[in-house]
Amino acid sequence: MDRIPILRMGPFLLVTIQVDMHDKLALTLQDDLTSRISDVGARGVLIDISSLEIVDSFIGRTLANIASMSRVLDAETVVVGMQPAVAITLVELGMSLPGIRTALNVELGMEYLRQNTIVEGSGDGWDGSED
Amino acid sequence: MSQLLEAIRSNRDAVLNEWLKNMREGISRRDLIDDAEVSEQATRMLDAIIAVTDESRIANLAGSEWQPIKEMLADLSVSRAVQGFTPSETALFVLSLKPVLFQLIRERWGNKAGELFAEITIADNFIDRLALHTTDSYIAGRDQVIGRQQEEMLELSTPVVTLWDGIVALPLIGTLDSARTQVVMESLLQAIVRTNSRFAIIDITGVPTVDTLVAQHLLKTITAAKLMGAECILSGIRPQIAQTIVHLGINLEEVVTKAKLADAFRLALERSNRRVTRTNSATPAAAPAQER
Repeated sequence: MDRIPILRMGPFLLVTIQVDMHDKLALTLQDDLTSRISDVGARGVLIDISSLEIVDSFIGRTLANIASMSRVLDAETVVVGMQPAVAITLVELGMSLPGIRTALNVELGMEYLRQNTIVEGSGDGWDGSED
Repeated sequence: MSQLLEAIRSNRDAVLNEWLKNMREGISRRDLIDDAEVSEQATRMLDAIIAVTDESRIANLAGSEWQPIKEMLADLSVSRAVQGFTPSETALFVLSLKPVLFQLIRERWGNKAGELFAEITIADNFIDRLALHTTDSYIAGRDQVIGRQQEEMLELSTPVVTLWDGIVALPLIGTLDSARTQVVMESLLQAIVRTNSRFAIIDITGVPTVDTLVAQHLLKTITAAKLMGAECILSGIRPQIAQTIVHLGINLEEVVTKAKLADAFRLALERSNRRVTRTNSATPAAAPAQER
């Protein structure tokens, strides 16, 4: 597989990574996703990495980059379903991915996107800082 | 050439009886072991000693003929360690043979000063070596017990409890070291995935000291949980620990901290849009119980 599919769900884009990421694949995804966001004018991007079991510093950085690029293109990005091993690895590598939104699963990630893109200007919906 | 083993061999029963008598006077913990067992152990030991025929080897306990005796002593010390004897009580098993041997030597060579002295030196050496071997084995046996307990503690010490649907808590008790923190981190993250919890409360009421290393481990765990999409709340920080954290310059500003587990739980409930309310105060608390 040399390309990761990007699905469109209304105003959101859904990316499910189900293979082991290698460097070229990550860069292809970065290109595809940014052009797709600007094509369809997506307001939110959800990246599901629940099947990703191996991660290195490059993949971690690419994920962070994709999130920052999406934000520049005015689309909120959520990374969902990170496995414990992956989380531990990233922390041990010193990459806490400060700018990235995370959620436990796709459902919670979509909930977050809906709350934060359709209702304009509201604060963080799911961490309760509003209301 | 020493004649000590030969002397013991020809007076076996007398030596054994004297030895057992000495031992009975020495052992204060009669409740831990019965006389029959001690007597059986002593008989086996003495028979093993007189089975050795090469008198010259008595000086250094080297050689294969002493091996069974050493093993016997090692088994005995390990079992005594498990039974709860002190090291001195365990060593007494062998040491109480010493006066018996001295008595025997005196009866045999009492009128020949040179031989008397030589035999006493050999007997003294012999018994001391056996006693040292006993103590070594005793400590090895206790180390095994301690190692096993440590492993068990490591397994037991990291329970992740579910406080509510979507809220888990990890009450940490005892000193955190690197190995334990790794287990703690993994079990917490796995529990987050398993229970689909958005909130994790780490309670450190039972952690006696927090140094930079422990704080770093905690921060790593919290960051990892955040990467997975869960929010961590640190609770149970005692006043002394708060002082230490600030003095050490540990930056906990990005971490939500609460003084008590109850406060952290309340915060988690609030953030998941839940609230605990008191029911109508007019209803007596006992009423539901009576209806049943």
